[in-house]
Amino acid sequence: MRNFAYEAARMPGDAVMAVAQDTGARFIAGGTTLVDLMRVNVEAPSKLVDINGLPLKGITALPGGGVRIGALARMSEVAEHPLVVQGFPAVSQALLASASPQLRNKASIGGNLLQRTRCPYFRDLALPCNKREPGTGCSAIGGENKMQAVLGTSDSCIATYAGDMAVAMVALDAVVRVRGPRGDRTVNLVDLHVVPGDTPQRETVLAPEDLILAVDLPAAPHAARSHYLKVRDRASYEFAVTSAATGLDVQGGRIRAARVALGGVGTKPWRSPEAEALLVGQAPTREAFGAAAQAALRGARGYSQNAFKIPLAQRTLIRALELAAGGPA
Amino acid sequence: MAEQENPAELVDLKLRVNGVTRSLRLEPRVSLLDALREHLGLTGTKKGCNQGACGACTVHVNGVRINSCLALAIMHQQDDITTIEGLAQGEALHPMQQAFIDHEGLQCGYCTPGQIMSGVACVREGHAQSDAQTREWMSGNVCRCGCYNGIVEAVRSVREAQG
Repeated sequence: MRNFAYEAARMPGDAVMAVAQDTGARFIAGGTTLVDLMRVNVEAPSKLVDINGLPLKGITALPGGGVRIGALARMSEVAEHPLVVQGFPAVSQALLASASPQLRNKASIGGNLLQRTRCPYFRDLALPCNKREPGTGCSAIGGENKMQAVLGTSDSCIATYAGDMAVAMVALDAVVRVRGPRGDRTVNLVDLHVVPGDTPQRETVLAPEDLILAVDLPAAPHAARSHYLKVRDRASYEFAVTSAATGLDVQGGRIRAARVALGGVGTKPWRSPEAEALLVGQAPTREAFGAAAQAALRGARGYSQNAFKIPLAQRTLIRALELAAGGPA
Repeated sequence: MAEQENPAELVDLKLRVNGVTRSLRLEPRVSLLDALREHLGLTGTKKGCNQGACGACTVHVNGVRINSCLALAIMHQQDDITTIEGLAQGEALHPMQQAFIDHEGLQCGYCTPGQIMSGVACVREGHAQSDAQTREWMSGNVCRCGCYNGIVEAVRSVREAQG
């Protein structure tokens, strides 16, 4: 690990200015991704600005039944918080399916949204990677790509967004509250991450000095009946091969509102408005779910080892829709 | 182990470990794990993968289990840190330590301190209500000897003894 300067910030504005004034500076909260990447020299910040002293830890009810989750709330706290468990079960389920208890106790919500890919080439300094070193090439496209993305890929990068929580949150219309040098703004979570295109090193719309303050989850019937289903190579403590977050509001035998997002298959948390549009107005049947799954994976591109993810993701989504509908368990 | 190239400013800091406050002079990059092992001589906590994947380095911070390999010592100066050395009361082993012996929850023993720290936390959290739940909530600790059945029995026995 390269050396760095360290400072602990006391107020959000101080933290933003400290990073804005040093192009090599980075915020650190839980550090479970950043310290790991620093140890293999993929990240080498000149300064760490410790934000753990900032007053951003609360989990509070919003008017109308929503919840505001402070950026420094820990994954473990959010996973078992009653407001989240009752109003947004998919978020709780996604968190409990993430990482290990030790990591969930350390990792923050803001940091989890920004966790980096687990593409092995991104972590290996000996091999080309356009995300780590733009212009060097992508080792995954013609290499080991079983775990890589099939949606949102480009000729520059097929790295998967590895997280679970953001997939559930993007399905449930989460809004990210951000403080930058010029003040506060909100970003819809669906717009926070960007597809790689020919600039895979740029993963979000945030600048390094933009500090995530909180994530807001708006209450809705489909959110209270949401589900997160994760398919992986072993039962626990493993990244998704495919996953699906679903939310359904079914009344009078018809779907009034539907939410669909996929994980493990996209270069970003992958919401599918196409699948949602097909579901609204339909009866919650296997046929309707199948059509939605077809639509959600339309345009997917399989590579040498991961084409199996396309039918697997469709089946994962059908099952997650059945679970959200309260259908056959 | 601290790298030698490009030495940074050393920083004076204090860590409260097993109830005792200790003074250290460290580079900011020193992990909590290395501070405990290399600088405080508390070698019970083990370095396995050093990337948060194996759980051998599990310690409690303010009563909550974390991977000390991904924690920077400088960030934990306000915290109460408990290591495997802090569990026993004099010669009397912690019930989880005794249970690991009784149920043969160890073979080579390298993962054992982390497993025990996680086991204590798992029971305290209320996540040892069944063997299946115990397996899920102990999954952040890897044992290459394959002592998992003994570990599950040990955790179960402590949970049952506590009612």
